[in-house]
Amino acid sequence: MSKMAEYDGPILEIDKLSISFFTRRHEIPAVMDFSVSVQPGEAVGLVGESGCGKSTVALGVMQDLGNNGRIVGGNIRFKGRDLAEMSADELRDIRGNEIAMIYQEPMASLNPAMKIGRQLIEVPMIHEGLGEKDAYDRALEVVTDVRLPDPERMLQAYPHQLSGGQQQRIVIAMALMSKPALLILDEPTTALDVTVEAAVVELVRDLGKKYGTSMLFISHNLGLILETCDRLCVMYSGEAVERGSIAEVFDDMQHPYTQALFRSIPLPGADKNAHPLVAIPGNFPLPHERPQGCNFGPRCDYFEPGRCDQGEIEMSPVAGNDRHATRCLKHLEIDWAAPIALAEQKEKTQPGKVVLQIDNLKKYYEVAANALFGGGTKRVVKANETLSFTARESETLAIVGESGCGKSTFAKVLMGLETATEGEILLDGNNIEQTAIEDRDTRTISDVQMVFQNPFDTLNPSMTVGRQIIRALEVFDFGSSDQDRKQRMLELLDLVKLPRAFANRMPRQLSGGQKQRVGIARAFSGGARIVVADEPVSALDVSVQAAVTDLLMEIQRKEKTTLLFISHDLSIVRYLSDRVMVMYLGHVVELGDTDQVFSPPYHPYTEALLSAVPIADTSVEKQHIVLEGDIPSAMDPPSGCPFQTRCRWKTEVPGGLCETIVPPTRQLQAGHQIKCHLSDEMLARMSPVIKVAAK
Amino acid sequence: MDPLSWTGQIAFLNPVLALGLGLLGLSVLAWIVLSCLLPENRAITPSGAGLSLPTGPRELTGLAVRLTFLLTAAVIAAYLILGLVLGTGAGIIGAIAQRLLPVWIALVLLFALSVRFKQRMGMYGKLFDSPIGMIGFGLVMFWVFTGIFGAFDLIITHDPLAQLSGLKNKVPGTPLPSPEEGDFQWYLLGGDNLARDVFSRMVKGAWEVVKIAPLATIFAFMAGITLGLPAGYFGGRIDTFLSFLANLILAFPVILLFYLLVTPEIVQTGLPQYMAAVLFAFPLIFFAVWINARFRTQPHQNRLWLSVVLIPLVWGYFSVINQTESKINFLPQSLDLFNITGGILVVFVSVVFVNSPTVFRIVRGLTMDIKTRDYVAAAQTRGERPWYIMLWEVLPNARGPLIVDFCLRIGYTTILLGTLGFFGLGLPPESPDWGSTINEGRKLLAIYLHPALPPAFALLSLVLGLNLLADGLREESMKD
Amino acid sequence: MGLFILRRSGVMILTALCLTFIVFVLTNLEPNLEKLAKTQGNFRMSDEAVNSWLNNNGYGQPTVVKYGQWLGALPGWTRTTEEGVTGRCITGTQPESEADQAARFCGILQGGWGYSTRFKDDVASIISVRLGNTGYLMLWVLVIMVPSALIIGVLAGMREGSVTDRSLSTVSILTTATPEYVSGVILIAIFTSSTVGLKWFKGTATSAMENPTFENFFLPVLTIALYGMGYIARMTRASMTEVMTAQYIRTARLKGVSFHNIILKHALRNALIAPFTVIMLQFPWLLNGVVIVETLFNYKGFGWILVEAAGNNDIELLLAISVVSVVVVLVTQLISDIGYVYLNPRIRIS
Repeated sequence: MSKMAEYDGPILEIDKLSISFFTRRHEIPAVMDFSVSVQPGEAVGLVGESGCGKSTVALGVMQDLGNNGRIVGGNIRFKGRDLAEMSADELRDIRGNEIAMIYQEPMASLNPAMKIGRQLIEVPMIHEGLGEKDAYDRALEVVTDVRLPDPERMLQAYPHQLSGGQQQRIVIAMALMSKPALLILDEPTTALDVTVEAAVVELVRDLGKKYGTSMLFISHNLGLILETCDRLCVMYSGEAVERGSIAEVFDDMQHPYTQALFRSIPLPGADKNAHPLVAIPGNFPLPHERPQGCNFGPRCDYFEPGRCDQGEIEMSPVAGNDRHATRCLKHLEIDWAAPIALAEQKEKTQPGKVVLQIDNLKKYYEVAANALFGGGTKRVVKANETLSFTARESETLAIVGESGCGKSTFAKVLMGLETATEGEILLDGNNIEQTAIEDRDTRTISDVQMVFQNPFDTLNPSMTVGRQIIRALEVFDFGSSDQDRKQRMLELLDLVKLPRAFANRMPRQLSGGQKQRVGIARAFSGGARIVVADEPVSALDVSVQAAVTDLLMEIQRKEKTTLLFISHDLSIVRYLSDRVMVMYLGHVVELGDTDQVFSPPYHPYTEALLSAVPIADTSVEKQHIVLEGDIPSAMDPPSGCPFQTRCRWKTEVPGGLCETIVPPTRQLQAGHQIKCHLSDEMLARMSPVIKVAAK
Repeated sequence: MDPLSWTGQIAFLNPVLALGLGLLGLSVLAWIVLSCLLPENRAITPSGAGLSLPTGPRELTGLAVRLTFLLTAAVIAAYLILGLVLGTGAGIIGAIAQRLLPVWIALVLLFALSVRFKQRMGMYGKLFDSPIGMIGFGLVMFWVFTGIFGAFDLIITHDPLAQLSGLKNKVPGTPLPSPEEGDFQWYLLGGDNLARDVFSRMVKGAWEVVKIAPLATIFAFMAGITLGLPAGYFGGRIDTFLSFLANLILAFPVILLFYLLVTPEIVQTGLPQYMAAVLFAFPLIFFAVWINARFRTQPHQNRLWLSVVLIPLVWGYFSVINQTESKINFLPQSLDLFNITGGILVVFVSVVFVNSPTVFRIVRGLTMDIKTRDYVAAAQTRGERPWYIMLWEVLPNARGPLIVDFCLRIGYTTILLGTLGFFGLGLPPESPDWGSTINEGRKLLAIYLHPALPPAFALLSLVLGLNLLADGLREESMKD
Repeated sequence: MGLFILRRSGVMILTALCLTFIVFVLTNLEPNLEKLAKTQGNFRMSDEAVNSWLNNNGYGQPTVVKYGQWLGALPGWTRTTEEGVTGRCITGTQPESEADQAARFCGILQGGWGYSTRFKDDVASIISVRLGNTGYLMLWVLVIMVPSALIIGVLAGMREGSVTDRSLSTVSILTTATPEYVSGVILIAIFTSSTVGLKWFKGTATSAMENPTFENFFLPVLTIALYGMGYIARMTRASMTEVMTAQYIRTARLKGVSFHNIILKHALRNALIAPFTVIMLQFPWLLNGVVIVETLFNYKGFGWILVEAAGNNDIELLLAISVVSVVVVLVTQLISDIGYVYLNPRIRIS
């Protein structure tokens, strides 16, 4: 089957598209009055929070809305032809051939019982009628193009034998097998680690150019959109609210939601004391709770009753700009250049006495090499190698690293869910590293508490919110009567700024951000002095993240808590932490004040990490460092320096030291240490990764 | 007295029913064929066009199925209502419909109340959103009410054990040859080979099931949960050991086990009582641990609740396992609340014994899944004891699949009870339970159908109801 | 893999030992032995007579010792009286000289399955004949049950919520709700009785032992197959619907693969992993069905001797039956595990 005839209009034109899902009783509108067009060779970003309908648009383009999804208005034209009018056969010819899609979960989107080669060669065999041999050659070529090592072996492998990054490259290869005109990418890197993400993004960008493919890039991450797209469309609650080129939308935004979004993400220059983030008030409306008029109205600073809450609001072009449009009635009246009404500035708190001291902590696991069949040889996984640091009262210490770096293991050891293999953990000078949680006294337990990552998992779904907090109070021996505890529970709800009526709600009635607040209230219920926050906001939507982060900071300030903030997101780490510890494969590779870590000299891994994090700011210039390959498995770490397999500075160290000897920890300045063989001169030669150009 | 025909005065409905069923069959067939032949409907329905008449052949056959189904249902309802009014005038069907009057009243009340208040009833209320679940629930409750009212002698027409001369193997609707004052005049579903009334035996048989199956399933669940939670939660040696035991029991062919356990000789040895002592202890352990875990931090309340719950339970426990003139006989006669005859006890115990390993496996699997959740980690990090986590954090969140399995398992237990009856194990030889009745009836099946078929269909419809109920529950619980 | 099979075999042997021991203990409980003595001797035996009969026939020893002898781990008992020597390994009463020639051990391990008190015959020969009959029955059950169940399940699960799905699901729920003794009775009533008058099949399968024909063999096969079929079909359907909603199926669809190729190439293999395990684990259930159906249709196979042996406390026959059934159950479990690993490349360790 050949491609459609040459066509020089827009590749994809979506015009006033509306999509609804139908349940037995209701119609749930998922996308309303959505228009966008993609020109040949252009990359268009679709950005918005979860539930805003961006993935539904993608599936609508593929005409794959399932049993209960229907396009209820508008049309989608691909190369000038209305997709809705095509027959099933015509559609099948287009799918995979002219339009290809890349998905969020690479593991789930590959057939587990089929060799990768077979899954790849299927595409040209269906669409171009190629023979198996020719198709195989094509597959080999494309797999080489996506920069996978040893393509022949890859084609013979099953998906589970590959790492997440490799799987995503295979999915990309599969999409490119028939050189499609349009590529739809639905959050293609969300499931990947930051450094792997950076490499995949670069690959997509390069291949897009090489194959001349147009792209529809769906993401919640503005930074990624900036790095990959030419134009973007911001979505909110089923509608496009602003559409334009990257420069227009990023620097000359014309919609309050876009503005609020940018103000709530930590960009370089934000600071928790001097320039705190501005959280968007309120919650994302559920489809059946959408307000009259402007969907963003109830959360908007410029809201004008009687005007913004009346009738439908149309997309209107912004004068002077090319194809820039906004769905705001007041965009001409608002002074977009007005400086942020500064939120209350706060005094920088001074760290107090040392409360937690970790000394040479090691945690090794023994695992059976063969999980299913048991027995056989045992392997030692070194999850934590010689961790040493201190944390002070009312200090925020960030622990940064990607998967397998040992940060979660450390949290477990600190909490007492595991005991240390070697070394010491001193809480107020008392050793607790060998005391499992059952043997700790109530005081110690309530002193060290934890906030969990996944808001949908952190609360017991079958217990009311109030009951869960009261249970924590009971366990911590708070108060003498049920009445006391109930009172305290209500106060805790006040503390995390939730209405007291929430006490009787079940967790499923709460939004993600609200659940996370309950989790915080529960952690602080026993007057915790050390709180381990394990990626507390990474699963939340951007607009809610700032509010939850703020709350955490505020409580910390009030209670003088020591916060151990575990994260992989360097932007937020830079925003809120006092000191930063970077971990890689169980080793602390760098430790120092936030300023020290974020400016040269860096550890080579920190440098790459900084470069990998996408920043949603057009004025930022980043040094471009892409790490090769994936993070090695903790089961089978490389010899010598753990980072040597991916380090771009390795050649600068004479004598192959990196491959043989684990570097010692070196003090650079007061409180700044790194684990690297590089000489002082080499370190001094490093230049800053991120430069903010003057606006 | 004349023999009753099947439909009596309402025989005019028969051709209508035949027509309805015929049309229903045809339209379903057409529906299936068309849905296979015609391509999937991908057409885009513009908004507002939802109410127009269906046009395609697919929609038309769909409509036909719905209409013929409604017609058939209406005819069946007409049979029942006319039967209720006319009684024996409407033949055997009328008479049976009238005898079942208390059941109809109870069913209508139950459904009316449930539908009215379904918003407030959680999972039970959601059941009434699913047609399949409602049909299943209706079938189940029909037999439950029949069993209960039958136990109060409300529905039955004759003593299920009484043998009336001259009615041996007589066909349905045969009048009594020499009725006495106040006797019901007919054997509605005929007489069996000992000249007993098949209808009354079937109704009494429902009570045999209703009284044993749910209770036995509950005990099996208690045992399965109490052992499955720690196996799944702790893993390691406990898990290996308990799983080995469970697999051991599961590898036993059930019938062999029944043949070995449910014999009068085994009852003599007191083995069922010892097994009962073990199996019935699980609810005690369960509730004791459950309460203790919850109130561990408040000793005063803990003691209060423990005593309120445990004292009656322990008393009941001793009453059950204690039996005069047996190996376990320590309780003074005055304190022994009730006695369960050895035959019933051994049936009960072996059914629990056979069911609990499967429950154990399900609970273990669910626990292994749920224990990886963050709220379990949160409970661990605030220093909760393992049993609190198992019983208050894990178990409530496993309830969905467990409730579904509970319904299925009652059905399976019913089948097991039938199997026992079929082989004449355990229950007394005259017992009206369905399994025994089927077994007696099958011997003359080539000539007389009526003694074996009513209990067979009764058992079939009850188990079918439970299966549909479970399906409806599963479907509704997945919607969240 | 080899290690895995070895470990599983170890567990199997342990399970078989435990189970046979339980059967041994249950059959050797005092009231059971008393019953045995009375059925073998006469029903009006006095207690002393019962005791001496038990002692004369080796039943008086401690249970563990008896078990060891049955197993062949302990030497069989012998008893010397004036007439000669009797013993476990000696047939009848023999003079002392000949008794010395007899083997000392004669348990399962030596291939001695013992002697059936009910059939007055060698257990091994009874088992082999009856197992053959049942094996034939089971073979046809599997031939009918497995393919139809899989086809029904796949067709139903292919398009969840479609008409095909609903009708086939109803059928499979109906068959799972119908135990063999109900479906058997109904089938016999419809197809064999003179009242209905169809008389297509025969109501008994006794003649099928010598000469199985469609007429006398189809109903028993169908009765067993129906009950198991619904269950497997529902499992297959569940597994199929799950696979059909998996992301890789969407990937395939959006690659432009046609619907029947999606089913055949992408979905089927993944969807059959779960039902395969289920089919294998069905064997203990099928065994139940066999017992019921053989009773119902008067077909003298393995199930029939189980009923006979259990009813007469024929200890050695019962033990042999439990050994056979436990081995069947465990071997199928092993096959199911191995098959699971084979079908699911994710588990296979490279």
